[in-house]
Amino acid sequence: MTRFLSIAATEMLILRRNRWLLMATIIMLLFALALTFAGSAPTGSVGVDMLTVSVTSMTTLSVYLAPLLALMISFDAIAGEAERGSLSLLLSYPAGRGEILLGKFAAHLAALAFAMTIGFGSAGAIAAWFGGAGPESLMALARLIGTSILLGAVFLALGYLVSALSRSATAAAGLSAGLWLVFVVLYDLGLLGAVVMDASGDFTRSIFPWLMVANPADAFRVWNISASDGVAMASGMVGAAQALPVWAAPLSLILWPLLAFALARAAFKRVEP
Amino acid sequence: MTDSVLTIDSVRKDRGKTTVLDDVSLRVAPGERVALLGHNGAGKSTLIKLILGLTPLTDGQIRVADAKPGSAVARRTTAYLPEAVSFHPALTGREQLRLFARLDGQKADVAGLLDRVGLGDAMDRRIGAYSKGMRQRLGLAQVLLGNPKVALLDEPTSGLDPISRQDLYTIIDELAAGGTAVLIASHALTEVEAQTDRIAILRKGIKVADDTLANLSARAGLPTRLRIRATGEHAEQIAQATGGTRINGAAVEILCPPDRKMEELRRVAAMGDVVADIEMTPPRLEDLYRHYAKEGAQ
Repeated sequence: MTRFLSIAATEMLILRRNRWLLMATIIMLLFALALTFAGSAPTGSVGVDMLTVSVTSMTTLSVYLAPLLALMISFDAIAGEAERGSLSLLLSYPAGRGEILLGKFAAHLAALAFAMTIGFGSAGAIAAWFGGAGPESLMALARLIGTSILLGAVFLALGYLVSALSRSATAAAGLSAGLWLVFVVLYDLGLLGAVVMDASGDFTRSIFPWLMVANPADAFRVWNISASDGVAMASGMVGAAQALPVWAAPLSLILWPLLAFALARAAFKRVEP
Repeated sequence: MTDSVLTIDSVRKDRGKTTVLDDVSLRVAPGERVALLGHNGAGKSTLIKLILGLTPLTDGQIRVADAKPGSAVARRTTAYLPEAVSFHPALTGREQLRLFARLDGQKADVAGLLDRVGLGDAMDRRIGAYSKGMRQRLGLAQVLLGNPKVALLDEPTSGLDPISRQDLYTIIDELAAGGTAVLIASHALTEVEAQTDRIAILRKGIKVADDTLANLSARAGLPTRLRIRATGEHAEQIAQATGGTRINGAAVEILCPPDRKMEELRRVAAMGDVVADIEMTPPRLEDLYRHYAKEGAQ
């Protein structure tokens, strides 16, 4: 336990020292504030409070930003140490590989959670102050923060996986960028193309929603949208979310971090420094 | 047999179709300093990684303090200094060493250790600003954590200036004096000569020698070089009398096998005035190393 904690504490120190924590928090804050103010126009016409509109905009933002920030910290975790020659040294100490990976994960996730909570939280507070908020929109904000942290956890673990499989930190960075592109952009484009090609509509009705929630980024979107009528109304994305049972998106987003971490752990086990 | 703390028995390691190590056996007793020599790719680093349990054995057995490599006991009792190690540039030397001390699970005087390796003034500076030699010293400081039973040092002097090397060997001597078995993989032959008790030589994954320097020289039968400086014009006369070769106007060089060295010296001494000086060069580690590393290569 002390080993796990000392690795986590050291990783946290590194994130603070190289200003990653500060930069990530500022990025989250700026984007969230910008979206909240820019997106406040349609409040009256849709008939929801300003916080709901703000949460809707921030949901779209988080789909892109949470995976990106997570991958930015995690790609270096194993490949970077291997490149510096410190991985073999670290592994010659009594700490197990699982302990090392979990320690890094805890610190990275805490940093991500901090940036998300400050960024979304303050933007939400400002929206609530200027445009009003209700219990439902506050709940939507809390859900946005929680699910963003889960989404971040998925991509932290995927980053470790890529880092364990890469020979160098540069290769890990490249693979991470590819991973982000596939999960966040290309997957959706592919699904969209399939829906357009689907003449009979069978695919669109029965398979498409499941394929969508199989991707953690889309599961995140569906969870946030389907759980709140206001957000769904504001985003105009009601159809796809309603075709699925309520538990589908949360289940996907909760299983993904566990699955990705297990994969990363297995890949790390095979690394010979 | 039981008195060695590091026991390597008929170890074999294959990587794909190539055999990196073949039937290598080596024992290191507590307090013993053993040099592991070999060309690049001879298998030194692979052997160290096998001892650390970082890569699996193909065949044979390794015991570290009577435990399996990579087991909790083995890891707690083994200290390791990787070749050209680097650390996270954002941490300070003190923070990095504190992490290692906590991972080791023992109370340690982190500042005292850093002082001992000569990083007393730099311990609160970031490692990113350290020179290569300073990083190597930091690596050495973590070797000293928690009184290891076995210390594995991979090219510990690479990138160090001569004074730092001397400091490093002083610390290694102290370690060994405290009962640590020290295995040093090295290219720096001349240093190892004075600083180790025994020398093992690896050639293409096979151990070709494992003995004290004196025994290795005797077995190799490498000649001792005698250089005789003549007074006046007597060089030619000495060359003819001894059967040596003239190397310049006033000196003659004789190569004689170890067992005939004293006989040759007496003969030269008997020549009297014509000899101004004798310089004797026993075979150096370089010669030995070349002898054993090439033996059977043809």
